Amino acid sequence: MTKKILIVDDEQNIVISLEFLMKREGYEVSIAGDGEEAVARIRREEPDLVLLDVMMPRKSGFEVCQEIKSDPALKAVRILMLTAKGRDTEVAKGLAMGADAYMTKPFSTKELVEKVRAMLSER
Amino acid sequence: MPARSRFILAVVVLGLLMTGPFLLTAALIWAETEGAGRDALLQTIAPHLPLGTLITAAGYALGVVVVRNLFRQYVQGFERLGEQLRLMLGTNRNFRVEPSGPPEVRAVISVANELAQQRDVMMDDVEAQIERAKARVEEEKNRLAALMSELTQSVVVCNLDGRILLYNNRARAQFRALSEAPGVAGGGELIGLGRSIYTVFERNLIAHALETIQQRLRRHAVQPVSNFVTTTRSGQLIRVQMSPVLSAPEAPAEGGEGGEGSERVATGFILLLDNITRDFESESRRDQMIHTLTEGNRASLANVRAAAEMLDYPDLQGELRERFSKVIRDEVQSMSARLDGAATEFADALKSRWPLEDMLGADLVAAAQRRIETLLGLPTKEDEVDPCLWIKVDSFSLLQALTYLASRLSDEFEVREVRFRLSGSGRLVHLDLIWSGQAMSTETVMSWELEPMRIAGENSPLAVRDVIDRHGGEMWLEREKVRHRAFFRILLPAAVPREELDLGAGFKSESRPEYYDFDLFSWADRAHALDDRLLAELAYTVFDTETTGLNPSEGDEIVQIGATRVLNGKLLRQESFEQLVDPRRPMPRPASEITGITPDMLRGQPPIEKVLPAFHAFAADTVLVAHNAAFDMRFLQLKEGITGLAFDQPVIDTLLLSAVVHPNQESHSLDAIAQRFGLTNDGRHTALADAVVTAEVLIKLIPLLAERGIRTLRDAREAAEKTYYARLKY
Repeated sequence: MTKKILIVDDEQNIVISLEFLMKREGYEVSIAGDGEEAVARIRREEPDLVLLDVMMPRKSGFEVCQEIKSDPALKAVRILMLTAKGRDTEVAKGLAMGADAYMTKPFSTKELVEKVRAMLSER
Repeated sequence: MPARSRFILAVVVLGLLMTGPFLLTAALIWAETEGAGRDALLQTIAPHLPLGTLITAAGYALGVVVVRNLFRQYVQGFERLGEQLRLMLGTNRNFRVEPSGPPEVRAVISVANELAQQRDVMMDDVEAQIERAKARVEEEKNRLAALMSELTQSVVVCNLDGRILLYNNRARAQFRALSEAPGVAGGGELIGLGRSIYTVFERNLIAHALETIQQRLRRHAVQPVSNFVTTTRSGQLIRVQMSPVLSAPEAPAEGGEGGEGSERVATGFILLLDNITRDFESESRRDQMIHTLTEGNRASLANVRAAAEMLDYPDLQGELRERFSKVIRDEVQSMSARLDGAATEFADALKSRWPLEDMLGADLVAAAQRRIETLLGLPTKEDEVDPCLWIKVDSFSLLQALTYLASRLSDEFEVREVRFRLSGSGRLVHLDLIWSGQAMSTETVMSWELEPMRIAGENSPLAVRDVIDRHGGEMWLEREKVRHRAFFRILLPAAVPREELDLGAGFKSESRPEYYDFDLFSWADRAHALDDRLLAELAYTVFDTETTGLNPSEGDEIVQIGATRVLNGKLLRQESFEQLVDPRRPMPRPASEITGITPDMLRGQPPIEKVLPAFHAFAADTVLVAHNAAFDMRFLQLKEGITGLAFDQPVIDTLLLSAVVHPNQESHSLDAIAQRFGLTNDGRHTALADAVVTAEVLIKLIPLLAERGIRTLRDAREAAEKTYYARLKY
């Protein structure tokens, strides 16, 4: 069965690349442009993995992460945070909010693909 | 026994003496005669009785008049004389009693006057010696005051109670900037001898800093100081360094440090204040810029990198490939825009960290002109120098560079005169060094820029280029062909004009201000209420009001409040308060004539609701003093409803206290008292001038009251209540 991935980012310019990349890896990809849409889609589609940006309009990635992780029904959803906030305090916050992994922008797409692959095969 | 009772007794005794012997004789004769003899006696005497009584009564009346005259001349005369002599003894040495009354009294008066003369000669001698000693102390104090006022840092010294006992000019100016009512009280309500530092800084903050210092003292730290940064109520950021004022060690310490035995105790603290609001602002701008340049670009870089890496995939089709290329172009463009934005917006923050000072451009030009003329003998001129431009410069090296350029112009191109031009251009300032005649080649300019500067025997390791770089500036050569001139243009960073701290304002030029009062070190904590405090050691606000009339309840209003402060028996003349008040009703002509305040002067002045809060703050924590205080207090109390501010501190009335000290003097008007005490009024009757005279009267009254056993505030109030004047209604 193909794995489902949700890409959450308000910047179209990164979404293009991520979408192309993930589709190329053979995943089923859907996209959300802000935090609220992300929460709705996660509840509806229950993706296997979410690529989650932190700085977004309406609801930040931190909030989305906290909301998803506090819902036992969504336990299976893995979250990989992608963020331009590079300070270690923010990395710590992201992980504390329940993110399974954290990558700081700019990142290598190769590493991202490897990370996604590793996270999806963990179970 | 009071004089009046003695007079009554004397009159009674006189009556007894005049009637007693006659009645006694009559009684004895009456007892000896019997029967017919008694009748004969009655018949003989009875018709003459009215005459006898009349003569006796007349004699008695005459006697009373004589006794009364004697009483007036001698007893009452001496009583008055006693008071006057006491005046001469203490308060007003130049006072002499006018000889009056009977010759004996006149003789006593003239002897007393002679004695006073003799005393004056001796006292003058002693005083001259004291004066010399005092002058030496004063000189030292002045040196301290001068030292303090020259310091560019604000210094405030307080006792452990938080009372200010020393401050410098700079601190005063800074506190004015902190004042919430700068127009009215001018910071005078915040800084002043004896005032509490806690009106500016939170008590806990100071207490905590003191604790830190005490701890360090106990550990014998080398520098027992404490630093903190705080925001004031007006939103300014103040950095404070606190160091203790230590008691002198009891035994002379061996070496630099006090040994175990001589524990040094803090008796007060010194605050060095620094307003860092501006520094902080530029610091946070720099942070903001770094943030924009790092975090802000991360996302864009991620987009570019991801897109670029996608382009590497060989299976990418034409349309998609184009989309990724577009992502890269867009993002690179927006990153460039962000970089440009940051560079312009934060240009100041990006400047080198070389310490540049803000300077008025015209001042720099004037300095350059002086230097070139004295060092090179080359005439200079100003050519359109904008007088309001401020620049950020290292003035020493920049002056060197200008002089160096001028010297090469003069030496190699025989330039006879140079001119300066200064103009602004956004965040930059153009400083032009102009000369008439030919321009040199670009190569020459280059060599002038890059060679180390040598002027008139002075060698500098720097080249002009270094100096320009130090300012983050630029320099080039330009020609003005039409006017046959050329000039070097130097670009310098502009500075935001600084609001100059106005150091001079508020001082009376003729008198050196009192900046310090070390007696405050000995002030005990305010454990006991004001009532039991000595009059001599209280802090007073002495004030006077001018009004539109005498009846506040019928709509008369305050038009001026003047106040000054008395602390530890000293008049703090420069810590005064003077403010006209718009009464919002016409100023009657008679009131104008008395006060000298015309309706024109009142136009545009703040109303009483604006002035009273400032005056309330000025008078906080002090005892209020006024001459005929009941009158002024009525005006203040009637405004309590509007302002919500109650003047509930103790009030002292100099009129009543004067009546306590000199109950037999006829007048207790301010002028009469001032004259008795030998105080010179400068003739004006403004609120402040009258407040100052009242303050001087108060200072004279305090020792006189002490002679009568009136030492504390409670004593003074009780004594004042007993005087005749206190029973009058105003």
